[in-house]
Amino acid sequence: MRKSLRRAGLLSSLPILALLALVFVAPLLVVLGFSVMPTKTFTLLQWPTLENFGTIVGQTYYKSLLWSLGLSLATVVALLLICYPLAFAMAKVFGVFTNVITVLVVLTLFVSENIRLFGWVLVFMKGGLLSGTLKAWLGLEIGSLLYNVPVTVFGLVYVYFPFMLFPLTLGISMVPDELRHAAADLGASRWTVLREIDLPLAMPGILVGCMLTFVLCTGAMLESKLLGGQKVIVMADEIETAFTYGQNWPLGSALSVVLISLIGMIAVFVLRRIDLDQILGKT
Amino acid sequence: MSGTERSVVLRLDGITKKFGDFAALDGISLDIHDGEFLTVVGPSGSGKTTMIRLLVGMDSPTGGDIYLKGERVNDVPANKRPTCMVFQSLALFPHRTVGQNIEFPLKIRKVPPVERRARAMELIALLHLPAEYYDKNVMQCSGGEQQRVALARALAFDPEILFFDEPLSALDFRLRKMLEKELKDLHRQTGKTFVYITHSLEEAMVMSDRIAIMRVGRIEQIGTPDEIYNAPTNRFVAEFMGEVNLFHVRCAPDGRLEVPEIGVSLACPETVVADVAEATLMVRPEVIRFLGPGEKADCVLEGTVFNEYVLGSRVQYSVRVGGKTLSVERLREDRYTGALDTGVVIGWNARDSRLLGPGS
Repeated sequence: MRKSLRRAGLLSSLPILALLALVFVAPLLVVLGFSVMPTKTFTLLQWPTLENFGTIVGQTYYKSLLWSLGLSLATVVALLLICYPLAFAMAKVFGVFTNVITVLVVLTLFVSENIRLFGWVLVFMKGGLLSGTLKAWLGLEIGSLLYNVPVTVFGLVYVYFPFMLFPLTLGISMVPDELRHAAADLGASRWTVLREIDLPLAMPGILVGCMLTFVLCTGAMLESKLLGGQKVIVMADEIETAFTYGQNWPLGSALSVVLISLIGMIAVFVLRRIDLDQILGKT
Repeated sequence: MSGTERSVVLRLDGITKKFGDFAALDGISLDIHDGEFLTVVGPSGSGKTTMIRLLVGMDSPTGGDIYLKGERVNDVPANKRPTCMVFQSLALFPHRTVGQNIEFPLKIRKVPPVERRARAMELIALLHLPAEYYDKNVMQCSGGEQQRVALARALAFDPEILFFDEPLSALDFRLRKMLEKELKDLHRQTGKTFVYITHSLEEAMVMSDRIAIMRVGRIEQIGTPDEIYNAPTNRFVAEFMGEVNLFHVRCAPDGRLEVPEIGVSLACPETVVADVAEATLMVRPEVIRFLGPGEKADCVLEGTVFNEYVLGSRVQYSVRVGGKTLSVERLREDRYTGALDTGVVIGWNARDSRLLGPGS
């Protein structure tokens, strides 16, 4: 009985499994395959080689990798600090106003990232919205605020804001108010309540938000290109260059494999260190 | 216990709490004595939960003052008050073990871990929980066990006053009965002041030294369980206690009471209330007897037995007299032996009934 049920389940999931295999697993395998092909070739039918990985280690790609990870980390930290208070208010304080904020934040996603970032370029450029206004009203000359690392982080924070905000709001709304009251009643200060009750219980939401934004940031390059003016080159940028200008698919694939496996390892490490079941009280 | 004079630990002086135009509490004055078990009883909407929120410090009163050991504490927040509450939902920390839950208030006071653990083990034993529960996840405990953990956590705080917001309401009947008694025993063992909120007067009767009955933001009556049971001051309190027989009566010139509803007159109990034309006569089901031929009582009514309900050690009857259904309760050993729908004579002694003020 159970066995036949399981088979029925497998059979009915077959179409979607096939689709996933075709559009999700197959491209990854192709990338993996190309990463071990000789450099600057366009076919998978050759003897595997590790020369691409040699190239990566030999050259200064580690800088791009470190910039990618560093910018992502900075973005996640900034997002956490900005979003937590807002998410708390959305989950516990604002009431109906929460829906207004949700709609406004979601609306920004309807406009392409490109266009939104160009908007910020117009704000920050020399003689742009910000410096022009300051000059006209206060006579202040600030010049261009573009093409540096902080403005790149700003761009990342701006673009990935919703991906931190919504998981956090969900996580915080899962913490019953009574627990907070009970902890305070037992003598806990606000900070203690935050540390002992809010943060551990909202941790699933916090983790999801952090992982999501971190992974998205490591794959982002428009921010460093448009706002950062390629002051720093991030990994995603390097990969794109290898595939397009470099016409070097194997090198691009190898770079992708390095980035994917690194992020995969970080994700597994984080999720393992923190037992989701225990957080949710289901051990 | 009521006779001994004790110091007042918590004094409410003309407390009001308004939400917009609505007065949830309308001038509550009450002294809570050190070491007593006071239960506040009222139907939903009576303001009892609003009151406890003020007493715990989760909210401030709109008017009046709260004094804790003589000090005004109106605006002192919950985490600065030496009182503690057991929530209706218990509010146990689901991400912590039983031991960590109990030790929480001690951890906040920076008690060293060894002492914390020792105290937690003491409390686990006091609350009849197995010692190995110390490391158990609190969400894996049963409803009754969670009750005990919540109680242990509150006791670990070592509060001046322990508040309870209907913590037993979610439990099944048998467990509730058991925990009511345990709570009363715990009160004796610890000697702490317990203030308990419930909608069940029955629960209050079992546990309390004193009971305050609330209705729409006011206290209707406050007294020992015996006082409330035997001498309710008005119809609301009498009815709240469960099944009683109430008669609208008129005081006739001959000193008897006329009951227009069923067209009879009854002997008046000694407890005459002032000089009022109309009043309510309360007769408890257990004071009414079935009268055999030749037996006498001060008040006698004729009716028919409509139905019989066995309650265990007691048996209850509904007896129809005129258009009114009366409730009669007898012990099992002197239960009614006749058939249903036959005529019976029932009666009671006037001194067992009670005349209530005209109130509503």
